[in-house]
Amino acid sequence: MKSLGSFRRKFAPWNDPEAKPYISFENVTKKFGDFTAVDDLSLTIYNREFFALLGASGCGKSTLLRMLAGFEEPTAGRILLDGQDLRGIPPYKRPVNMMFQSYALFPHMTVEGNIAFGLKQDGMPANEIAARVAEMLKLVKLEQFAKRKPHQLSGGQRQRVALARCVAKRPKVLLLDEPLGALDKKLREETQFELMDLQMKLGLTFVVVTHDQEEAMTMADRIAVMDKGKVKQVATPAEVYEAPNSKFVADFIGNVNMFEGTVSTVVPGKVDIDIPADKITIRTDATRECSSGQTVGFAIRPEKIRLSRKEPANTSVNAARGELYDIAYFGDMTVFHVRLESGRIIKAASLNAVRTVEDPLGYDDMVWVNFDTDAGILLTA
Amino acid sequence: MQKLIASVVSRLVISVPYLWMVIFFLIPFIIVFKISLSQVTMAIPPYTPTIDVAAGWQAMVNSISQFSWDNYAFLASDPLYYKAYLSSVVIAGISTFLTLLVGYPIAYGMARAPATVRSTLLMLVILPFWTSFLIRVYAWIGILKPEGLLNQFLIWANVIDTPLNILNTNTAVLIGIVYSYLPFLVLPIYSTLEKMDYSLVEAAEDLGCPPITAFWKITFPLSMPGVVAGCFLVFIPAVGEFVIPDLLGGSETLMIGKTLWNEFSANRDWPLSSAVAVVLLALLVVPIVLFQRAEAKAQESEK
Repeated sequence: MKSLGSFRRKFAPWNDPEAKPYISFENVTKKFGDFTAVDDLSLTIYNREFFALLGASGCGKSTLLRMLAGFEEPTAGRILLDGQDLRGIPPYKRPVNMMFQSYALFPHMTVEGNIAFGLKQDGMPANEIAARVAEMLKLVKLEQFAKRKPHQLSGGQRQRVALARCVAKRPKVLLLDEPLGALDKKLREETQFELMDLQMKLGLTFVVVTHDQEEAMTMADRIAVMDKGKVKQVATPAEVYEAPNSKFVADFIGNVNMFEGTVSTVVPGKVDIDIPADKITIRTDATRECSSGQTVGFAIRPEKIRLSRKEPANTSVNAARGELYDIAYFGDMTVFHVRLESGRIIKAASLNAVRTVEDPLGYDDMVWVNFDTDAGILLTA
Repeated sequence: MQKLIASVVSRLVISVPYLWMVIFFLIPFIIVFKISLSQVTMAIPPYTPTIDVAAGWQAMVNSISQFSWDNYAFLASDPLYYKAYLSSVVIAGISTFLTLLVGYPIAYGMARAPATVRSTLLMLVILPFWTSFLIRVYAWIGILKPEGLLNQFLIWANVIDTPLNILNTNTAVLIGIVYSYLPFLVLPIYSTLEKMDYSLVEAAEDLGCPPITAFWKITFPLSMPGVVAGCFLVFIPAVGEFVIPDLLGGSETLMIGKTLWNEFSANRDWPLSSAVAVVLLALLVVPIVLFQRAEAKAQESEK
């Protein structure tokens, strides 16, 4: 397989067979009555990794985080942190700290009091506490707000107090439950980068739970895509996006055109898929084992599809003609909805790299869509 | 024009509770205060002077000139009264504390119970109000008397040999007050605890607090508005409580409500009992003002 984009930094212990996992979930199951929140799940997270648990609400990602924090005990399986089995260790004795979705700042204490809270529990001497609190306030740029109460702060400031409070104890692992969920879009984008900086600076392991895929893709080294208590795929953001391992992941992450068809011929390195419903044949790189007659899926991202008025050189495979049905203009890019003769809508995106285009595509224009053999993903699961 | 009507209507709406307070609190208070300045006499009504508007202006001025502070001077001179006030405050204080001791865990348990059973529990707390207060206090006589249910049970269980003498003691009064006023303490504490975000406790545990420390550092301070409201709701009426000390208390039980009742009915000394009532009110104004402040502060912090 070709390289799937460059990694954010040269950090990939998951590719190193010698690397020892820092956190491992081993066949962990968690049941609430009849409901299985986490289903026989195994997962490893490495030291200093920024790891994201991504999924829709109710997929079990928060339960996983709460089990790591100690608020829930697994029904079966075990969780290891730095080689130590966490079973039976109460939350207040675990070397992890959690940032709550609601921030859970103590309303009757000042910003200082909140940050010092965990340190006092550890019996740290008063002068060291004062120094650490000052350091934390500086880290999150809230020096002048030390004496304020949480209700006198803005949402973004509260978020930073919550962060400072759980970082203050220098935990082995920082757990973040929807850390940016309560912030508005602009602040969220800024804060994403602040969180990444902070994680680099402190050299901590971060496990973040989010339902926002953009957030996960921006911040995380690796993402675990979860559904119904199971992990569907664990991979880098680029891999999850460009090489999803299943229809679920392909569909869940980003925008995608999904096809289903039958394998007609397998030539070395290439697979032809017949899509009878749309009367097209797709030829794609044989990235997965499959045999003739097998039903397979094919996913292709809108930005990997070309649109043209001119008929492409080869119309026998990976090409179809349709009318422009809808145009969604986003400024930086435009998404075109093309309706094929079969009635099927294909989404194609193009980057608006120049400010003005001569004779732009308009509504009801007849256009050709086509793509290369390496543009899409062959899916057998 | 519409604005004018709106402002008139809004003023009318606001004036209703004020009017209520004037008719049912201020005017009766003025009447009681007036009687407290009178002298006892054998007549109907049993005090003098009386103000007769029909007798004319001069007669009214004459009546008013006969008002004196003698009853208040008497209250100050006889130690019985300040002892009764003091003992009422002490009994009310102790019973408030005991009610808190019993009521807080109940409120906490209710607030932490599954949401499905919470309304049932709430119902159970309010349920005693369906029976008359008087009957419930009488029922305690049946429980506490020497041959009553409690003693029978304790003797049956071999805990004691001879019946405990509880009825007609201050202990019985404390039990009666704790029992009767429990809901007034449970409900405000429950409502603050129920509103509290439980993730605060989890956050405290996450930061290294064992559950008990987390309770004292987080849950209890945050429930203070409810605790303060509940304690005042018990303390204020308990100071002036009359029925419970009369039915459950003994000769040693000295409470101002009982003293007032004796002055009023047995001695037929309306002026003196009015003076007792006015002083009691003056005493209770202090905690009532404190209560109001605490309420206002609690509302402020919720904003």
